[in-house]
Amino acid sequence: MIQIRDLNKKYGTLQALSSVDMEIEPGRITAVLGPNGAGKTTLIKSILGLVKPDSGTITVDGIRVNGESRYREMIGYMPQLARYPENLTVTEIVEMIRDIRKSATGTGSSSSRDEMTGPADESGTKSGLSQAAGSDDMSVRNGKAPSTQKRDAHGETDLELWQRFGLDSEKDKPFRTLSGGNRQKVSAVLAFLFRPKVLFLDEPTSGLDPVSSSILKDKILAERDRGTTIILTSHIMSEVQELAYQVVYLLEGKIYFEHSVGGLLDETGQPTLERAIAVTLDRRLEVPAGAGGAS
Amino acid sequence: MIGKILKYQLRDVIRSRWVIAYVLFFLVLTDILFRFGGDGLRVASSMMNIVLIVIPLASIVLGAFYLYNAREYIELLLCHPVKRHQLFWGMFLGLALPLVAAFSGGVLLPYLYNAASAEAWRAALMLVFTGSMLTVIFVAIAYYIALRFDDRIKGLGLALIICLFFTIIYDGIILFVIYIFSSYPLEKPVLVLSLLNPIDLGRILLLLQFDISALMGLTGAVFREFFGTALGMAISLASLLLWLAVPVIAGFRRFLVKDF
Repeated sequence: MIQIRDLNKKYGTLQALSSVDMEIEPGRITAVLGPNGAGKTTLIKSILGLVKPDSGTITVDGIRVNGESRYREMIGYMPQLARYPENLTVTEIVEMIRDIRKSATGTGSSSSRDEMTGPADESGTKSGLSQAAGSDDMSVRNGKAPSTQKRDAHGETDLELWQRFGLDSEKDKPFRTLSGGNRQKVSAVLAFLFRPKVLFLDEPTSGLDPVSSSILKDKILAERDRGTTIILTSHIMSEVQELAYQVVYLLEGKIYFEHSVGGLLDETGQPTLERAIAVTLDRRLEVPAGAGGAS
Repeated sequence: MIGKILKYQLRDVIRSRWVIAYVLFFLVLTDILFRFGGDGLRVASSMMNIVLIVIPLASIVLGAFYLYNAREYIELLLCHPVKRHQLFWGMFLGLALPLVAAFSGGVLLPYLYNAASAEAWRAALMLVFTGSMLTVIFVAIAYYIALRFDDRIKGLGLALIICLFFTIIYDGIILFVIYIFSSYPLEKPVLVLSLLNPIDLGRILLLLQFDISALMGLTGAVFREFFGTALGMAISLASLLLWLAVPVIAGFRRFLVKDF
């Protein structure tokens, strides 16, 4: 789904990413881990096209990422810290994002998916969010069914999270008055709204209460079952263990190791991912230390 | 697409308190000057001095603040199928247009209900035009700074320094040059120096229009002597347009390649 070849990025003298090679398979959850400043955000932002790498190539579903905006139709992104125009209400923000997507798909290529979303989206926007939120009862009901074919069969946007987070009570409040948790919820709704094929979640559950956090995790797993490729970062290892199929560990801009979660647990014999990663890091650090002493 | 981005930008900006304060500031000031001075021509020339100081300062500070605050929002929009050049114009016009509208509305409304003469209207429109140019120029400079420096303290500091430089320090430099080289013919160097400052250009443009020689100062007097009124206005206008183009293009190019 995503291929990264020999990616390099320097900020001044700081080597944020150095020859990163990576392959992310479709339909799986990959967790990008690493200490602060290891290059996680730079890596994600490079794939999103926000950061322009110095060298190397990235392709998403066969489309090369270089200033091309069309591939972003299949991407959903939930940033660590979401900020929308402060004086717009939550409803207006959702409407705005729909509006922007709609015109982009209208002028862009006419793949079968675009044709599907086009007219349905239009009716959704015209009738405003309140009605769209009403029609979401249906999407909630449908949400339980195995819905791989739903993306194609059903063009309406995905407002399941909106419903489950109960954002209706917040819909007329300006964004500036929302609490951190509610901002995070709005941001999550927008990331899932268009049923993206690839989903980037940067610390998705930070700032969420336990109930909302588990709603979001359920949704993430449901999306995965639907065939969505998901890349997430998190500092909470139990969460990664619960969600991710594989982890990519970055250290000083390099991929330190890349392993499936199950494999890591088996190999180290540790009960939790946190311990397993600590053990793996210890082992790996010992080897280069010895080699360094010899030279 | 630019239109869509702009639409939501405008909705956001128009509801913000500082735009309302900005309108009220010009409205109240113009109104007070009308009550004291009475005639629209004199109001315009009094307003000129305020406009030439307040607009650059307000535009550059608001512009820089605005773009720094919109940083995360820009990132989010760029993850949707939005092209960078579309987003730049949306963000730029989304701030410049409301500021121009707020200033123009605030100044022109008192002219409307005071039933000013045709001549006064002409002066007022000229004032609004020059003020609008300065607004756009200084918003563009602010955007360039905010895109160039990721550290917002640095960026805001630089914005303030640039603004102070053009409003105050620059005049000091001109005076200093005149003082040091007082035994040489200085018309041409001073002429060139005044072309390098957008605020000076704005002042010259307005004073040539208002025809108030007493307020012209050295640069203005030299300007008129050298070019005459018509050519002087054409040259100052052309230089202002150049002043507009350079920061806008620089900011635009930076926006296209920037790492967010």
